[in-house]
Amino acid sequence: MTTEHLPEHPDFLWRNPDPKKSYDAVIVGGGGHGLATAYFLAKNHGMTNIAILEKGWLAGGNMARNTTIIRSNYLWDESAAIYEHSLKLWEILPEELEYDFLFSQRGVMNLAHTLGDVRESVRRVGANQLNGVDAEWLDPKQVKELCPILNINDNIRYPVMGATYQPRAGIAKHDHVAWAFARKCDELGVDIIQNCEVTGFIKDGNKVTGVQTSRGTINTEKVGLCAAGHSSVLAEMAGFRLPIQSHPLQALVSELHEPVHPTVVMSNHVHVYVSQAHKGELVMGAGVDSYNGYGQRGSFHVIEEQMAAAVELFPIFARAHVLRTWGGIVDTTMDASPIVSLSPVENMFVNCGWGTGGFKGTPAAGLTFAHTIATGSPHELNKPFGLERFETGALIDEHGAAAVAH
Amino acid sequence: MLLFSCPNCGPRNETEFHYGGQAHVAYPDQPGELSDREWAEYLFYRQNTKGLFAERWVHSTGCRKWFNMIRDTVSYDIQAVYRMGEQPPEGLTAPPAAQAKSQPLAPAEANPTNTSEGV
Ligand SMILES: Cc1cc2nc3c(=O)[nH]c(=O)nc-3n(C[C@H](O)[C@H](O)[C@H](O)COP(=O)(O)OP(=O)(O)OC[C@H]3O[C@@H](n4cnc5c(N)ncnc54)[C@H](O)[C@@H]3O)c2cc1C
Ligand SMILES: [Zn+2]
Repeated sequence: MTTEHLPEHPDFLWRNPDPKKSYDAVIVGGGGHGLATAYFLAKNHGMTNIAILEKGWLAGGNMARNTTIIRSNYLWDESAAIYEHSLKLWEILPEELEYDFLFSQRGVMNLAHTLGDVRESVRRVGANQLNGVDAEWLDPKQVKELCPILNINDNIRYPVMGATYQPRAGIAKHDHVAWAFARKCDELGVDIIQNCEVTGFIKDGNKVTGVQTSRGTINTEKVGLCAAGHSSVLAEMAGFRLPIQSHPLQALVSELHEPVHPTVVMSNHVHVYVSQAHKGELVMGAGVDSYNGYGQRGSFHVIEEQMAAAVELFPIFARAHVLRTWGGIVDTTMDASPIVSLSPVENMFVNCGWGTGGFKGTPAAGLTFAHTIATGSPHELNKPFGLERFETGALIDEHGAAAVAH
Repeated sequence: MLLFSCPNCGPRNETEFHYGGQAHVAYPDQPGELSDREWAEYLFYRQNTKGLFAERWVHSTGCRKWFNMIRDTVSYDIQAVYRMGEQPPEGLTAPPAAQAKSQPLAPAEANPTNTSEGV
């Protein structure tokens, strides 16, 4: 094959610079959170002499692997505040980043299948409304009106007894979100350095002064960790521990279909959530694999069980095929809430613990983590999400409370 | 699906088992004397090893007994299975409890989270 007839390569969205000798701040991890953090450091705090160091290619971790559900209907005040702020940012970011990343507010339904589910869900709708989060309770008939392909018969093992509904929730194109942030970061002067693995930290006493990488040593005033599933590995290099366990989380897509699924449906009880991507594939995910794992793959029975649940809820999917399955490494905490915090090492900051649900939090993580790094103390929104909560006991227990944790 | 060798029942499918996380985490000797920091360590901080990891499983739909396993958390290869109360086979991994002791958190005075006003 000759290259003569190929069109010109389109413009790259960002440069690929070599690392400089030193930066004012270094962000470890070029996923959504690292990119958003660098963007807000540059935009809100004027810190442009900064770099994002990514061991692989840009946004090839969980950012490339998630099912892109965005919602803010969490139970507790602290969560509602940060996730709702994030949702508001999602609403303005396409314009601000000058990039239409297909944010589609098609609504998210969280199904209830037992009396316990119903009570929890109605309670959550009330809590959401008090916190200014749009939320409604739907009976099975209203569920069917909104999503006609859902099976609401009561002769299935876990019949649909109703659902919470957040109309402003939805999905977005994850890759485009990453590219949108990356292009703006680059325009603002941020160095995005791919294939650059952080292998150690240089400290002066308890203060971090530099990072060792596969592309040489880089001096820096400040370090922000945005390494998701690898947060514990990096913390260990820096000499402290995190209350994090890394688990495989899997998802799958079908082949392309005509548009049949108008919204996003999640079920905590039967462990499946489903949306239909813009191109037409059915996108599904479930809960984490039970064991700790860094392998970016999980066990097949998890996929099998989520498909069984999906087919019972959506009989129309019975003849669809699995096209691809994959896994990411999610950083889970005991209270299913994130950590956006100072760390035991001076000038080092940690953003992690977003676990199975941090795509939606990308803008707010970026905003609050940038504030924390730039000023040395947390933003109002991430104050409750510090590491100290594991000592004070002021946990933000979103397990179960927030329906499925995605 | 992983295949586990239960010390009592032999090879069985992963779906017969439940996970119990890090092995060899002892209940504190003097619970009444622990500081908040130490309680946090006991309750919320576990090793999150990338590589060979000593962990517990229970054979829920078989003998219903707990046992220990050394598994590689990257390849998921199972290196050893041994009973509760036994130490991991030589050379595979140090007992994580010992690892935790030799790798404490940063000194308390250097921990800014200890000096914040609380939440
Ligand atoms: C299957 C699946 C489905 C999900 N579904 C949803 C969902 O529907 N909604 C939702 O809100 N969230 C969801 N999530 C969670 C969400 O993807 C994550 O919480 C979020 O992406 C984490 O932030 P990130 O994008 O920065 O992570 P990542 O993209 O994983 O970024 C971390 C980066 O750090 C890099 N890194 C690690 N170690 C080093 C090192 N030593 N040096 C340099 N770089 C390093 C990694 O290579 C990686 O690129 C899902 C996750 C998975 C896996
Ligand atoms: Zn057994």
